[in-house]
Amino acid sequence: MNTDAASQQAEASRAKKLTYAVVFGLIFGFLLQKGGVGKFHILIGQLLFQDWTVIKVMVSAIVVGMLGVFALNAMGKVKLHIKNTRLGANIIGGLIFGFGFALIGYCPGTTAAALGQGNWDALFGIVGLMAGSYLYAELSGWLKNTVETWGDKGKVLLPDLVHIRRGTFIAGFAAFLVLALIVLERFTFR
Amino acid sequence: MPKLILIALIAGLPNLLSAGVPDARDYSGPAWSPYLVGALIGVLAWFTFAISDKPIGASSAYASAAGLLGKLFARKHTESLNYYKDNPPKLDWELLFVGSAILGAFIAALTGGEITNRTLPPFWEERFGTGSVALRVGIGFLGGVLMALGARIAGGCTSGHGISGTLQLNVASWIAVICIFAGGALLANLIYRL
Repeated sequence: MNTDAASQQAEASRAKKLTYAVVFGLIFGFLLQKGGVGKFHILIGQLLFQDWTVIKVMVSAIVVGMLGVFALNAMGKVKLHIKNTRLGANIIGGLIFGFGFALIGYCPGTTAAALGQGNWDALFGIVGLMAGSYLYAELSGWLKNTVETWGDKGKVLLPDLVHIRRGTFIAGFAAFLVLALIVLERFTFR
Repeated sequence: MPKLILIALIAGLPNLLSAGVPDARDYSGPAWSPYLVGALIGVLAWFTFAISDKPIGASSAYASAAGLLGKLFARKHTESLNYYKDNPPKLDWELLFVGSAILGAFIAALTGGEITNRTLPPFWEERFGTGSVALRVGIGFLGGVLMALGARIAGGCTSGHGISGTLQLNVASWIAVICIFAGGALLANLIYRL
C-alpha cells in the first residue's frame, strides 16, 4: 500500500518533469525560429561571415543566461552543470562537429527548428544525427579510453584560469560581451 | 585617368573575387531581433536550470532516439554498448525537449508566415542547382553523422556547449564552440567560395 503510493508519487513527479520538458522545448523551438536560425542561409551565412545573426543570438543568450544562472547559483537556487575539460575530446570533437555543421548547414537544435518551419531537408540530418549517435555508441568503449582521456583537466571555469574572483570576472566578461555585440551591430549588415 | 581605373579596379576587386558566391544577405533575415531572441533564450536557461535542473541541450536527444531504435532491432547489442550503459536510452527530458522544439518552431513559422515547405533551401540551390536533391540527401546525412559523432566526443553541441556550457563559463565549452566555428567556417568557405 505504502510502496504503491510512493511509486504513484514518483510517477506523477516524473510526468510533471517531462511536462516541463515539453513546455520549455516549445519555447526554445519558437525562439529559434523567430531568431531566424532555422534558416539554412542564416546558418551557412554565419560560417561564411556574411550574416552574424547566429553569433548575436548566442552571445545575447550567454550574457543574460550567465548573469541569471550565476545569481541563482549564489542564492543556492540552482546547481551548475559543469562538464570536464578534456582538451583532446573538446578540440577533436568540436572540429568534427564543425565539418558536419558546414556540410548540412543546421546544428542539432536548429535542425529541429528547420524541420518545424518546413525545411524537409532537415529530415536527412535527423537520420544522420541518429546514425552518428549510434556510431559513437559503437566506438564509445574505445574512445573513452583514448581520445577522451587526453588532456583531462577536470572541471575548470574561465575565472579559474585567470585567477580572478568569480563575481568580478562575470561583471567584466558581461561588459566585454556587450561591447562585442555593439561592435558587431556597428560593423555588420546583419 | 589611370588613377581612376586603378580606383575602380580596387573598389571592384571584392565583387570580382566573390562573383558567383551566393550571399546570405540576399535572403530574408530573422523575424525578431537576434538580441531579443538571444536574451529570451538566456531567460529560458534560468528556468530550465531552476525548475528542471537541466541545461538546454539538443544533441543527446538524437542519441536517445537512436538508442531506442537500436533496442527495437538489436536489444542485447545496444545495451552492451558502453555509451548506452552509461546513458540508458529512454523517452527522457532531452528527447521531449527537442521533439517539442519542432512543434514550437512550426508555431513560430505559422504565426509569422514563414512556413517554407521546401526540400532544397534557396541558398543551396544557388550553389548546387535545383536538381541537387540526391546531393542534399547525401551531404545532409553525412553532416548529421559528423555532428553527432563530434558532439558526443566533445560532450555537447552548439546548444549544450555553445549556449549552456559557455554561459556557465565552462572552459571545455569555450574550447569546443571555438573549434566548432573554426572547423565549420573552414569547410563552409571551401564549399561555397571555391
